[in-house]
Order: sequence, then structure tokens, then C-alpha cells
Amino acid sequence: MKIQQISLFVENKPGHIAAPARLLAQEGVDIRALYLADTQQYGILRMIVSDCQKAAGILELHGFVAKVTEVLAVEVPDHPGGLADVVGALEGTGINIEYMYAFPCRRGDKAILIFRFADPDAAIAHMQTAGINLLESNELLNL
Amino acid sequence: MNSILETGVTDCHPASLPDYVPVSELRELQLIRLQAVVTRAWRRVKLFRSRMTERGLAPEDIRSLEDIAKLPFTQKSDLRDTYPFGLFASPMKDVVRLHASSGTTGKPIVVAYTKEDVEVWTSVVVRCLAGCGLNRGDIVQIAYGYGLFTGGLGAHYGAEGLGAAVVPTSGGNADRQIMLMKDFGVTAMCCTPTYFLHLIERAAELGVDMKELSLKAGVFGAEPWSESLRQHIERASGIEAFDIYGLSEIIGPGVGCECRRHQGLHIFEDHFYPEIVDPATGTPLPDGDEGELVLTTLSKQAIPMIRYRTRDITALLPGTCDCGRTLRRIGRIGRRSDDMLIIRGVNVFPSQVESALLEIEGVLPHYQILLTRQQGLDQMEVQIEVTSQMFNDKIGALQRLHEKLQGALDHVLGIRVRVALVEAHSLERSQGKAKRVIDRRTL
Repeated sequence: MKIQQISLFVENKPGHIAAPARLLAQEGVDIRALYLADTQQYGILRMIVSDCQKAAGILELHGFVAKVTEVLAVEVPDHPGGLADVVGALEGTGINIEYMYAFPCRRGDKAILIFRFADPDAAIAHMQTAGINLLESNELLNL
Repeated sequence: MNSILETGVTDCHPASLPDYVPVSELRELQLIRLQAVVTRAWRRVKLFRSRMTERGLAPEDIRSLEDIAKLPFTQKSDLRDTYPFGLFASPMKDVVRLHASSGTTGKPIVVAYTKEDVEVWTSVVVRCLAGCGLNRGDIVQIAYGYGLFTGGLGAHYGAEGLGAAVVPTSGGNADRQIMLMKDFGVTAMCCTPTYFLHLIERAAELGVDMKELSLKAGVFGAEPWSESLRQHIERASGIEAFDIYGLSEIIGPGVGCECRRHQGLHIFEDHFYPEIVDPATGTPLPDGDEGELVLTTLSKQAIPMIRYRTRDITALLPGTCDCGRTLRRIGRIGRRSDDMLIIRGVNVFPSQVESALLEIEGVLPHYQILLTRQQGLDQMEVQIEVTSQMFNDKIGALQRLHEKLQGALDHVLGIRVRVALVEAHSLERSQGKAKRVIDRRTL
């Protein structure tokens, strides 16, 4: 159920995304989704890649500070109110969404959102009870 | 050697016996040697003789150890001004070695050794390493720079003199250093503390756990480092870290070193006479008071150094060490009187920045201080590399860390500084001494 995501600390300066992107390209690691959270000074580059452990290894070997975290890939009906239904399932549970972003590929007529929760197991339980579909890693990467 | 047996010391290395000489005998020896070295310098070094004459002093005026306070100071500029050989007390035919400082500004300073000087140097480094619990059978890797810098060769001769197996890697090439530490089963490392930090960091990246290696001791010197840094190194690498002190002008590494009690650094007083003076006035200070360390070489032939102003700030520790050595101790050098920065009128020492960073749990990053002047006002920026322990993939957590660092620095320094979080490995790494301050202030 849980998807591995790699996060990277980058300074907010021209050219600072190029080096890690080039390294991953050289090693044949494909970036499937990417989200940059930034402040004026620095940012966090979050990526879902074809081989997360390999990517983390390469980046660390080259001196980057990378962290592998677990996120959930959630199927969301692609019509008005689709997102509201999904997050509504968590209302009143005390489960907090730390951040979220959209996965660029669709699955049939469904959109896919990536969620990061402080307590992913509790989130999985509540979503499954509400009939929300969560994607396995291989399903997501084969889209 | 009866007197040593009387001290009840049983487990010391034979080379360490002079460390336990009764104080009265040590003081007698120091006075005899002081009188001899003053006479030698007076006869052979023009600068010293003229300074003595100016004060109406002759070597015979030194009748007790207290009389040392009458003698003129020597400072680094004297070595520069007499470049290259002006302070030599031995003819070149008696000199067997020349070293020089790295000389970042202008001419370097030159130091020289006779055969006997090299023997004394070796013997004190042997005593340092023996005091750290090292012995024949140990494998000692020396990652101080070899060459004109005294660190590499000084440690090398001492480790060899001890009978240890020496791996003379010199500085640089961290990956190879780590490979040899692992493959050779190196038991002790000699280098600067910041270089060892770099090795710890690099080993982690290469997937080598320092704690799994045979490494048991590190003898670190050539730059001031804090107690918190020691704790960090010991925790991260599982070794016992020792502080060794020395300076080329006096002899090189081996002027003093910690023993396994880690209660200050024993000065090898039979060769180097320590005093503490007020850095502003030059007045001698009593034991326990913090001031500038002044050293006189008691046995050096090629360049006798009389009352050399080290610029290192420390204190002579009162009382004796539990190890039984009679040698006096200095506190660890936290700062130098000349690395003080004046920022908007406030005195700031780089070591304060280090201790502020260390106060924050889990944070011992590489850092650099950048000084600039904007519209006539000094600006201080502390650039801190984000390590994997500090990194969190939530912006809010990074911002909280940023604020925490900012708060700790403002609190310790008493001035507002700008804190910048920068990428790992983006600051220049030290192969030798750390470059902590970049001053771009122009008038």
C-alpha cells in the first residue's frame, strides 16, 4: 500500500536541480512524479522514481542529503467533488495530511493523488473502510 | 629512577618515565636548562641579545625560574622579520631539517632542527602517544600533511619511535584513507579533528561503520576543537579522542597532550616551560587564570624560543592529574587571541559559533562564517550544511530547525546573524586546518 518517495534538500539557486537530475538520468532511473516545496532560500524536491533504493544510493554516494519516506497513492474520481469525498473520509479522525500533490498519470477515468500522512497506517485503515482505492507500488509505477 | 618507583606508578610506558619525575627535581632541571638556553640565545642570536641589552639584562640575571618574567617576549613577527635564518643559533652544518609555515600571507616562517632537536621532538611525541595508551603493535595512520608542515613528519617520527607500525597517508583522498583504515586494521589515527569529522561523514556515505573498525584512538590537533566536538567524534566513531598540542615555532606537535584521564593537556615541561600572561599587558597570571600561553624551549638548539607568544588562550590547571604525572597541564585551547572577530563592535570567536551549533541536539554540521559589509555595517552570515540527521522532508520542520539555529546563535553571540542552510558538501572541506571564516569586509 505504501509507496516509497525520495526527498532531497536543495538550495534555491539556479542550476541546483540539474545535478541530481543528471545523476539519476545517467543511472537510468526514471522520475515518475516530482514536487518541489520551496522557501526563498531552499527547497525540498520530492520524487517518485522507478527504483527508489537505487536512486537514494546514487544520490548519497555523490554527497546529496536524501531521505526515503512513505506516501500513499490514492485513486480519486475525476469529477467535481472527487477530492472532497476522499479527504472527507478522514474528517473527524484526527489524521492530518502533511502534504499532497497530484501524480501526472491517470488510471482509467481516475486521477491519482500522492498523500503524506504522519500516521499512514491509520490513514490506510480509514480510507479502505470508506471504499477508497489505494495503489500498490507496482501498479503506480506501471501506469 | 628510584624516585619514579616511589610514585607508585607501575603501568607506564618506559618512554613516559620523565613524565613522573618529582616536581622539585623537575624545577631544578628546568632552571639549569633555562639558564643554558638563555645563554645560548644571548651569545648566538642578535635580536635576542639586543633586546636583553635594552633592558640591561645579562644571562647571569636569571637566577630562579621566576626570573623568566624579566626576559623579553618573542612573537611570530620576529620570525617573519628575520626570514629566513635570522633567529638561528646553530650553523647550517648542524641543521638537519627545515620546516616552514604554509605562509598564506607574505613570507612563511622558517623553523630549523639539529639532530638533537629532532631526537627531542621524537621523544615528546612518543610520550604523547604512550600517554594515549598506544604502544608497539598499534597501527597508526598519519593523515596530517607531510612536507613543510610539521604535523605529518612530527607525528610520523613519534609513532615510529614508539615502535608502532606507521601508515603515512598524509592528508587528502578520504576514500583511500577509509579503505586503508579498514583493510590494514588501523588502531589509531593522527589528523586534525575536522579532517576526522570529514572521514566519519565520508565513511557513512560509503557504507563503512567506523565503530566496526579496529580503530580505538584518535590523536587530534593543529587546530582548537571543543569538548562537544570530542563527544560527537567519540559517539560517531566509537574511538577515544585525544587532544594533542603543538606549534612549529616551538617544535611542532608534541608540546603537550592529554593522557587517558582527559583532564587537560600535560606539557612536557622538561623541554617546554609554560607561562600564562595577560594578552593585553603581558603580565604573568596565576595558575587557574585564563590568558595567553607563553612557551620557552628549554632544550632547543637550532632556534631557541624565549617566551614565545602563542596567541592561544588557556589556563595552567591547578592541582595534579589523577594519572600521577607531575607535569603541569593546560586547559584545552578553545580559542586564539588573534582569531577574534569584531562585528559591529562585538567580540566574536568562531568557537562560540561551534558551541552554539553543538547545543542543538544531533547537529554537528560543517559551517562557515561569511563576513560582509553593507552600507558600512558588518553583516555576519553563518552557512550551515544540512546533514541527513537534520534533514526532514517537511518544509515546516526545516523552518523550525532554521529558527532554532538562529535563536541559538543570536543568544550565544549577542548579535543578530543571518543563518543560511546550504547543501551538504557545498562548503570547502578542510584537508588540513578548517577554514571557518571568510572575511569579505572592505572599507
